[in-house]
Amino acid sequence: MKRFTEDALSDWMRQPGPEHDVVISSRVRLARNLRTFPFPSLATKAHAQEVMQLVSTAADTSSLKEEQNFTSVPMSQLSILEKKLLVEKHLISPHLAEGNSEAAALINASESISIMVNEEDHLRIQCIAPGFQLNETWQAANRIDNQLQEQLDYAFNERLGYLTSCPTNVGTGIRVSVMVHLPGIVLTNQLQNILKSFAQWGVVMRGMYGEGSEALGNIYQMSNQITLGQSEEALVDLLTRATQQLILVEREARNGILNDRRLPLLDKIFRSFGTLLYAQMIDKVEAAQRLSDVRLGVDLGLLEQVPHVILDELLVVTQPGYLQQMEGRLMDDFEINLRRAQLIRERLWKHLR
Amino acid sequence: MICQNCSKNQSNYHFTKIINGNKTEYHLCEACAREKGDIVQGPGNSFSIHNLLSGMLNIEFGANVSKVRAAETRCGTCGLSFNQFKKQGRFGCADCYEAFGTQLDPVIRRVQQNNTLHAGKSPYPRTTENDAKPSLASQLAALEEELQAEIRNERYERAAVLRDRINNLRQQLAGDGQGFSGSSSANVTSKQWPHFHAEEGE
Ligand SMILES: [Zn+2]
Ligand SMILES: [Zn+2]
Repeated sequence: MKRFTEDALSDWMRQPGPEHDVVISSRVRLARNLRTFPFPSLATKAHAQEVMQLVSTAADTSSLKEEQNFTSVPMSQLSILEKKLLVEKHLISPHLAEGNSEAAALINASESISIMVNEEDHLRIQCIAPGFQLNETWQAANRIDNQLQEQLDYAFNERLGYLTSCPTNVGTGIRVSVMVHLPGIVLTNQLQNILKSFAQWGVVMRGMYGEGSEALGNIYQMSNQITLGQSEEALVDLLTRATQQLILVEREARNGILNDRRLPLLDKIFRSFGTLLYAQMIDKVEAAQRLSDVRLGVDLGLLEQVPHVILDELLVVTQPGYLQQMEGRLMDDFEINLRRAQLIRERLWKHLR
Repeated sequence: MICQNCSKNQSNYHFTKIINGNKTEYHLCEACAREKGDIVQGPGNSFSIHNLLSGMLNIEFGANVSKVRAAETRCGTCGLSFNQFKKQGRFGCADCYEAFGTQLDPVIRRVQQNNTLHAGKSPYPRTTENDAKPSLASQLAALEEELQAEIRNERYERAAVLRDRINNLRQQLAGDGQGFSGSSSANVTSKQWPHFHAEEGE
């Protein structure tokens, strides 16, 4: 269990995925419930424990075991900081971390699969992959779902599909999403128009990090709005087309800026690089913006000495949960900002020697 | 409509609150509703995302609520009332869907952009006569394709499971075709309902 909280970088993140200059990761999540138990919000402790038992037995006895060596991570055995870190690594949801203690996550060795038990629904099957790999990710989630459904009695009806705790997930129970870096679109003020036109297609986008409305570091998550009335494949296809569109617009925007405003862009990127190399204290908001600039520099081939994988690692390393978990204690903002700057310096300088 | 909190994003959550006879409307984007850790501070009061959703449902129902006597519908299995559902925006168990019946239709339409019918995968062969059910032959073809893929990928344990299912289907095909329900559906009906009820009162 410790291994999930030791490393900032999940194994699945170590290989750069397709189109990684724009798409950081692809994710598919399936919501499932067991027919004969109340949903987690109404479940007693005994119900919840029984559900956990049934799911881990299913994962253990089906052909899943042969392929995926799941480790069961009970929420009751994690500290607040450990849970926070797992949220920052996207291995569990905030809801699972904050919810009742009769909950668990089954996580495979590469951390690409997480089956959350007793989240808002009895099961949330999540598969994640680096870069733009929506179809592959859906195939992986679908296989796991097929294997589990041979063992488990899912709540399903012919008319409404898979029955979920919240009506926004009923039907396929699928949420198909990509995490994307959009500095070009943001700098050229195209985001609002894109949000509007995607909304008409049933595709929603929101900031991935940060509180309130601010999308820290130009990183957004884009996903399907509805889950009913369309097949899983149709929804995967919808998100695939939307992502392809987004990649085109983002690359065009970057090239435009590179042509029209080359020097100001270089100045912005190298200033941010310099700040990250030398800052002694840095808060979350500034770190996210500077890292976005450096990521853009790397993806435009302007900062060749910085390996891409470091940027993905720094996304997790700069989060408060990780920083405090490494320190083994709660820290105030002052200490967190010191430690954040230090870790960023260490990671970056390592590759400049 | 633009989010009232950040004045940037499109608002997905629309919420009406009546305090002392004054009607106030809130329009928030998903990011604003979600990223404060489920709690958003509204002017003078706070509400969670669940309340936001139920606020959305209340708009849908508006004055009709009393006419359809929604408060009296209760799920016989978990005990959740339709009113409680509207308050939390969450069902209590799978049977709530049946129990709330047609009262649910506008809710589903609202959150699912007018869609009312599932079009995705199914955990077992369809049994309803009205449904376009895949023929045994086409199911068999699909399973055989899946089997070949598993063998190519050297996932033999799973391949063995599929082979058994294929054999079962072949026997059904050879027979009168009546036994369509297959093993998994039989499983479903043989299970006993445990008695569970909502513990919290209203
Ligand atoms: Zn907002
Ligand atoms: Zn119920």
